[in-house]
Amino acid sequence: MLATVGATTIRTLESMGTFSRFSWKTVSQIPVACVRGRDWRLLMPQFYLIGVRSVPVMVVTGVFVGLVLAAQAADQLHAAGLETRMGVLVNLSLVKELGPVLAGVMLAGRVGGALTAELGTMRVTEQLDALRVMGTDPVRHLVVPRVIACIVLAPILTMYCNMMGSIGGWFVAVIVHHIPSEPYQYYTAEAIEKWDIFSGLTKSVVFGGLIGLISCFKGFNCRSGAEGVGRACTSAFVTSFIVILITDFFMLRLMQDMYNTIWGFKPVL
Amino acid sequence: MPDHDSKHPTDSPTPLIELVDVYKAFKTQVVLNGVNLSIPEGQTVVIIGASGVGKSVLIKHIVGLLQPDKGEIVFRGQRIDQISTAALAKLRRRFGYLFQLSALFDSMTAGENVGFPIRQDGSKTRDQIDRIVAKKLRLVGLDGIQSKMPSELSGGQKKRVALARAIALDPEVILYDEPTTGLDPVRADVINELILRLKKTLHVTSIVVTHDLSTVFKVADRVLMLMSGDFIFDGTPDELRNSDEPRVQRFISGHASDEDILELDGAA
Ligand SMILES: Nc1ncnc2c1ncn2[C@@H]1O[C@H](COP(=O)(O)OP(=O)(O)OP(=O)(O)O)[C@@H](O)[C@H]1O
Ligand SMILES: [Mg+2]
Repeated sequence: MLATVGATTIRTLESMGTFSRFSWKTVSQIPVACVRGRDWRLLMPQFYLIGVRSVPVMVVTGVFVGLVLAAQAADQLHAAGLETRMGVLVNLSLVKELGPVLAGVMLAGRVGGALTAELGTMRVTEQLDALRVMGTDPVRHLVVPRVIACIVLAPILTMYCNMMGSIGGWFVAVIVHHIPSEPYQYYTAEAIEKWDIFSGLTKSVVFGGLIGLISCFKGFNCRSGAEGVGRACTSAFVTSFIVILITDFFMLRLMQDMYNTIWGFKPVL
Repeated sequence: MPDHDSKHPTDSPTPLIELVDVYKAFKTQVVLNGVNLSIPEGQTVVIIGASGVGKSVLIKHIVGLLQPDKGEIVFRGQRIDQISTAALAKLRRRFGYLFQLSALFDSMTAGENVGFPIRQDGSKTRDQIDRIVAKKLRLVGLDGIQSKMPSELSGGQKKRVALARAIALDPEVILYDEPTTGLDPVRADVINELILRLKKTLHVTSIVVTHDLSTVFKVADRVLMLMSGDFIFDGTPDELRNSDEPRVQRFISGHASDEDILELDGAA
């Protein structure tokens, strides 16, 4: 019993150690890759695969989150006579929390799984070894461009998600519940600060990087066979999901502290 | 024959590749148990042995894809197992490695696969690369399939594209992991001829892992048989043919031993 716990702990610590080393190896190569023109060739297909192909998913997610948020808030706010402030609630939750987190989760599912499957298959069919044998570092050649693409695209996809969500919220408020559009927009613009948008997008950059690193790491270390690849994909998604939620909490606290230190506490409603 | 003296493994004073007391285990399974091997420049060494005995593991050590648990891997006096990553990457370009299952990049066409190591080198123009790719593919009898994806090729064709890729940079040392497996006898013989030609024209040092006896007797200067973590035979193809070691004899004649058959009975 004790031995099992000990062994599991050691294994977890060990894999965290290898993950840290893997991440450092990747991150330290990112600046070079951005400058070196030769590596841009590797980057473009990833932007297409990770970015362009993810837009529809983000649009659907965003719209429905906006619809649900607004529909849920409508009755309560109406009862309190605050329906013109509905936009504040909907858009603030979107921009600060739901946008980045949901975009992150969708990215982890749609892109993370694909990255893990691709790199995992390359590992089990010895393509990673083939790269190494030809003197090419697979981290530089495969991981760095994918992680860069995730970092750059996560905030962009988050913005899509936010934008579609606020359109969805506006639709429910103004079209369905006949709340006048002008005050709805006025109060929303009043309440949401650049800081809120900035902090949401900062989080999404971090999520993007983590998703890219975790997915590539799981692919690089997957066990042999089709089953190994499948398992690695599941594990990549679950790990990314949990890491997103945990990171979200800590970054929220960090961002709040930063805000309160600089500008002091400000009530929204 | 100009390279006649390479038929005698012990003649050459400075070995190109040397394995000293190499030991490798996966978990509790010991695969290499103190292997010693020294290969002089220009020699063609063929490694035979039963499936799963560790032939692929052995040659992966030579290019640093696997690290020995104990022992030394030396190439031209340099310790491969202790060298820095950057130096190893540079050194590896002097090696060609044919993977047992080809390991073609499935996101690239056959032509891009063969051209990949040349592009990574970065010293050639597009035209030059295309010409080299066509030449290497012609050597393996596949010129014209440049634009096909690996998924559109047969197993044997993949193997030959992978071989073309392995020799794209005119390496000094070529490691072949079962070059003729999955090919028809005629095509297999063409590959044997290719191995011989590379040795004659470019003077490459080759290590060939194979189950194919026609390869053994056609290309080998020296044959090694791996069993239970060590070599049980080291000699010329002629010596192999005349060996009275029963395990060697069984391998050549392709007869299962009584124990092997008993195992079969037990399983059924
Ligand atoms: N990465 C690895 N992890 C764990 N075990 C391994 C690994 N690579 C090889 N092995 C084990 O080492 C042994 C030798 O494998 P190897 O691939 O060298 O066999 P082989 O002699 O090339 O066989 P074949 O002729 O079938 O290709 C096998 O039993 C295999 O299970
Ligand atoms: Mg093998």
